[in-house]
Amino acid sequence: MKTSESLNTTANLQDCDTVYEALINAHEGLSDKDSAKLNAKLILFLINHIGNKNVILEAIEKSQAN
Amino acid sequence: MSFEGIPVYKEKAYFKSAEHGGGEVKRHSFIVVGSGPIGLAMALFMARKGHQVTIVTAFDFIPAGSKGICYSKEALDIFDDLGIGERIVEKGVIWNVGKVFWGDSSDPVYQFDMLPVKDQKNPGFVNIQQYYVEDYLVDALEAMDNVQIRWGHKVSGIDVGENASTLTITTRDSKYQMASDYVLACDGSKSTIREFMGLDFDGRIFEDSFLIADVKFKQSRPSERWFWFDPPFNQGRTALLHKQPDDIWRLDFQLGWDVDRDAAIKPENMAPYIRGILGEDIEYEEDWVSVYTFQCRRMANFVHGRVIFAGDAAHQVSPFGARGANSGLPDVQNLAWKLDLILRGQAPESLLESYDVERTQGADENILNSSRSTDFITPKSETSTVFRDAVLELAGEYEFARPLVNSGRLSAPTPYHHSPLSTPDRDEFAVGPKPGQVCVDVPICQNGEYYWLLDSLDDGFTLLHFGQNPPQTNIQTLKLSDAGLAGQRYGAGTTYLVRPDKIVAARWANASENDVKQAHKKAITGEGK
Repeated sequence: MKTSESLNTTANLQDCDTVYEALINAHEGLSDKDSAKLNAKLILFLINHIGNKNVILEAIEKSQAN
Repeated sequence: MSFEGIPVYKEKAYFKSAEHGGGEVKRHSFIVVGSGPIGLAMALFMARKGHQVTIVTAFDFIPAGSKGICYSKEALDIFDDLGIGERIVEKGVIWNVGKVFWGDSSDPVYQFDMLPVKDQKNPGFVNIQQYYVEDYLVDALEAMDNVQIRWGHKVSGIDVGENASTLTITTRDSKYQMASDYVLACDGSKSTIREFMGLDFDGRIFEDSFLIADVKFKQSRPSERWFWFDPPFNQGRTALLHKQPDDIWRLDFQLGWDVDRDAAIKPENMAPYIRGILGEDIEYEEDWVSVYTFQCRRMANFVHGRVIFAGDAAHQVSPFGARGANSGLPDVQNLAWKLDLILRGQAPESLLESYDVERTQGADENILNSSRSTDFITPKSETSTVFRDAVLELAGEYEFARPLVNSGRLSAPTPYHHSPLSTPDRDEFAVGPKPGQVCVDVPICQNGEYYWLLDSLDDGFTLLHFGQNPPQTNIQTLKLSDAGLAGQRYGAGTTYLVRPDKIVAARWANASENDVKQAHKKAITGEGK
């Protein structure tokens, strides 16, 4: 893992419409509380998979911008 | 038995000092203020180096109450330097494993080992009541003829001068004054010296309170640290269980912010918590009960001219992680060798600045770890709670989530990333402690006998050489075989310059006499490359 790696902000997702649909469907019928829990778990899985601290910190920073 | 509400473990004899009754004020080269573990350890370090030591303390007793019970491997190594380590380990309860539980499950969601590197003399942690530690330190001090502990001599004022300070001491008889070149303020989180000097002590207050119920009962349980998130006996909050000597157990329960302290410690109110852990049928008696809150904060500087702060007087953390006494002890270990060299005229007074640089780094790391643990234990927002619970839920099934579970990151040595005393590496190293890090222990064989490396280091600087032909210098040199574990942990053919506090000052793959000389000079002056 390269520590100098930076966040990929170009299109990188396979079959993006299917993935997006799965994400929305996963929340269907859930209370706000359960949705928040699902999102939290999803983020935890994904940040572990990414692993690279700099990439994750950069994603957090970019997400904070309005 | 108690004194002003403080329970007493052992009474100590008050006596009038020779300085009572006025006349010329005697000038000391240094005075230690405070008789907690940090003040006593500071005094013992200096006494063992041959200095005349005077301790002043408001107490004329060793307080009871288990208080700080967890002593880290680093603290035990320091107690070994002070000659009381083996007594503490013998009396204490050794533990290396911590388990974290969630909800009503009897299977831990996470467990950790406090001593991942085996084959070291001391265990990861030893639990022992604070009064035993203080008692053993006092025993060691009382056995020396260059030590005077002035029990019941309270500092009631300080007049700080450039070269010396004058302390006003109040005792049950009268007041008197003492002058001292250096004042070593080890007088705890409510430091009177800090208050008299009007110095800052800023940080973060955590809105939470915890109940400590130390109880005595006989039951065979493993010597492990058990921590619960959301157990059935303290729903939505946390609990902690720790074993101490003499069949005493530390039970700690999160209570929340708005609590009635007096009500919380009533036996009938504590019983449901205690029974939740012990079960209904175990008989127990209360040993020590306390409700506490905490802050994470430190002084901006620990060195104020010739008044120097150490331990809780200088920095404070939450108890999760056992980073209180365990970070105060390295403070005084660091300070003692520097002050010793200065008093002997072998190092410039500016060496004290490195105490400030190094130990504020230590305090920052401890505060960071302690704050992070506290934010996991007591989430500050709904979202923070959601993430915490998601981590706990995933940790049972998925290995990746377990390291995120934070029930306290237990005290570990804090490396000095920036120190004016360290010489940066010139040579490539694949293994071994870096400059600014503490030496790792390893069994070594000398003339057919086995020793521990940390026990074999000199009280002064030591040149550690692994292999043949160490550089010829006037520094105490320990030449060791680079076969086996020692070579694996330090590298074959390497040379390490080790400070009196067992911190690596410099290291080389191929050291010359001049390399060592330059690094040694830097380590006692802060000057050089």
